[in-house]
Amino acid sequence: MKETLITLAYLVAASLFIIGLKRLSSPMTARGGNQLAAGGMLLAVIATLFMQQILSPIEMVAGLVVGGAIGTWLARTVEMTKMPELVAAFNGFGGGASALVAAAEVARYAEWNIDPVASMQAMASLQPLPTDAAVVLEPFTGLTAFTVALSVLIGAVTFSGSFVAFGKLSGKISGNPVSFPGLRLLSIVIGLGVIAATVWVVMGAADFAVIKDPVVWGLTALAALALVLGILLVVPIGGADMPVVVALLNSYSGLAASAAGFVLGNYALIISGALVGASGLILTRIMCDAMNRSLANVLLGGFGGSSSTGDGGPAVSTEGLTVRETTPDDAAILMSYAQKVIIVPGYGLAVAQAQHQVREMADLLQSEGVEVKYAIHPVAGRMPGHMNVLLAEANVPYDQLFDMDDVNADFETTDVALVVGANDVVNPAARTDPSSPIHGMPILNVDKSQNVIVLKRSMRPGYAGVDNMLFYADNTQMLFGDAKDSISEVISELKALQS
Amino acid sequence: MDIALIVVFVLAAFVGMEVISKVPATLHTPLMSGSNAISGITIVGALVVAGMVGTPWAKWLGFAALVMATVNVVGGFLVTDRMLQMFKKKDRKLPAAKPDVVSTDGATREAVKV
Repeated sequence: MKETLITLAYLVAASLFIIGLKRLSSPMTARGGNQLAAGGMLLAVIATLFMQQILSPIEMVAGLVVGGAIGTWLARTVEMTKMPELVAAFNGFGGGASALVAAAEVARYAEWNIDPVASMQAMASLQPLPTDAAVVLEPFTGLTAFTVALSVLIGAVTFSGSFVAFGKLSGKISGNPVSFPGLRLLSIVIGLGVIAATVWVVMGAADFAVIKDPVVWGLTALAALALVLGILLVVPIGGADMPVVVALLNSYSGLAASAAGFVLGNYALIISGALVGASGLILTRIMCDAMNRSLANVLLGGFGGSSSTGDGGPAVSTEGLTVRETTPDDAAILMSYAQKVIIVPGYGLAVAQAQHQVREMADLLQSEGVEVKYAIHPVAGRMPGHMNVLLAEANVPYDQLFDMDDVNADFETTDVALVVGANDVVNPAARTDPSSPIHGMPILNVDKSQNVIVLKRSMRPGYAGVDNMLFYADNTQMLFGDAKDSISEVISELKALQS
Repeated sequence: MDIALIVVFVLAAFVGMEVISKVPATLHTPLMSGSNAISGITIVGALVVAGMVGTPWAKWLGFAALVMATVNVVGGFLVTDRMLQMFKKKDRKLPAAKPDVVSTDGATREAVKV
C-alpha cells in the first residue's frame, strides 16, 4: 500500500515535469511551467521523506539544508553573463549525485560483507520493515551490478566533464582546445579499461546479498577511469564549441539519473532522467546543425586544432586589403539616419557585458523611428540561447529577437547591420569559399546589408582561426575597442544628435 | 531488474523528444537549466540510499549525493525562474520614464543585478 502511494506520487511528479517542460515552449507560459516542475520535485521529495523508512532524519535534513543553501546562493548571486558556467556546474552536481547514489547502494551491500558487526546491526534495523521493498535487499545480481557500473560511469563522466567545461567557460583554465600527441589513443585505452572494469564488476557479482571485494575494487577503478574519461572528453573542445558540450553534458546528467533509477528500481528517476536525456540530445543536435558539423567532429576537436595549425590558409589572401575604420560619431550618424538597423550580438557582447548599452542605443534609435531588430545565431555565445538571456536581462522584448532563418532575408533591405562581438557566425566565407574550414555553416548574411559596422577589439581572427573577409568588404566599417565603451560613445552621440 | 523499467525509460524518452522539440531558440538556456534541475530527481534516490542503512560508508556516500542533488535541484529551479522572469514582451513605452537601468555608467549596472 505504502509502496503504491509512493509510486503514485512519483507518477504525479513525472507528469508535472512533462507539463512543465511543455509550458517551457512559450515565453508566456515558461515561468509557470518551471514552477510546476519545481512543485513536482517538491512532491517527490516529500513523498520520499514521509513514506520511505528514513532511519537517519538528521542527516537528511542536514543534507537538504546544506545543498539548498548552496543552490540558493549560487542561483541568486550569479551574473547573467556567467550563466553558461553555472549550468555546467549544476550538470556536474547532478551527474556526481547519480554516481554517488549507485556507489552508496553498493556500499550498503559491501559493508555487510566486510564488517560483521555493522552487518548485524543493519540486519537488526531492517527487521521491523520487511514489507518495504526498497529496504529489503534483493540479491546483488550481475544485472544489478551492470546498472551500477553504468550509473557510476555516466555519472562520473558527467561530473568531471562538467567541471572541466565550468573551468573553460569561467576562464579558470584555458578555453582553447587542448590537444597532445596520443590524446586519442589515451582515450581509447581508457575506454577499453572502462569496459574491462565493467566486466570485472559484473563477473564479481553473485546472486546473494553480499558483495565480494572484486566488485568494490572494480567499481573504484571504474569511477577513476570514468573521471579521467570525462576530462579527456571536454579538454580538446574549444570555446565556441561549448554550446554543443554543455547541451551534451545536460543530456548525460539526465541519463545518469535514469541509470541510478535502474539501480534503485525507481520510476521517478527513470522517467525524469529520460526526459532530460532526450531534451539534451535534441539541443545537442540543434547546435551541431547550426555549425554544419557532426557531433563526432565537434567531440574530436576538428576546429582550432587542425585548421589553425595546418597550412589551410584561406584561399583568399587578405594581404594588400585594407579595413575601413570608423568612429562612434560617424556610426551614430549612420544609424540615426537609417530606416532599419539589425543588431547581431556574439560572444564579445557577453565578454564586454554590453547588453544594457546595446538596449539603450536601440531605444534611442527606435525613438527616432528607426526599425531595430536583433538577429541571433543559434551558436552565438557559449551555450544554447546565451544571447537571448543576456538581452532579456537588459529588458529587450523577446519579440525583437529573431532567429537566423527568420531574419536572414531581411539583411538585403537593411541599412545598417551592427555586429557586436560576433565573428565566425557572420563570415561570408561559409557561403562563398569552399576551401574554408567553416564552409557550409549557416551564417547570418550581414554582408548583404547596405552598411556593416563591426564592433571588435582587434583584427584577431575568430575561434575557427579563419580570416573574415567581411571586415575587408567595401560596405564594412570597423569600430575598434571594447564594445561597451564604443556603444556608450555612440549613445552620447545619439543623444547629442537628438537634442 | 524489471523489464517494465526499460519500457518506461524508452517511452519517457519519446515523450521527452516530442515535448522538447517545440521549444523555441529564445528559451534554450532556460530549457537547459530547467531540465537540468529536473535531472536533480536523483535527490529522491539520494534520500532513499542515505536514509536507509546506518553503515558509515553508505551513509557518507548518500549524504554527499544528497547535498549535490539538492544544489542541483534548488539552484536549477531558482536560476531558471530568475531568467524566465526577465523574458518580457514589448509592453513598455519606449522613450518615457526610463529607469536608471539604462544609464551608461558602470555603477548602475550593479543596481540592475537582482
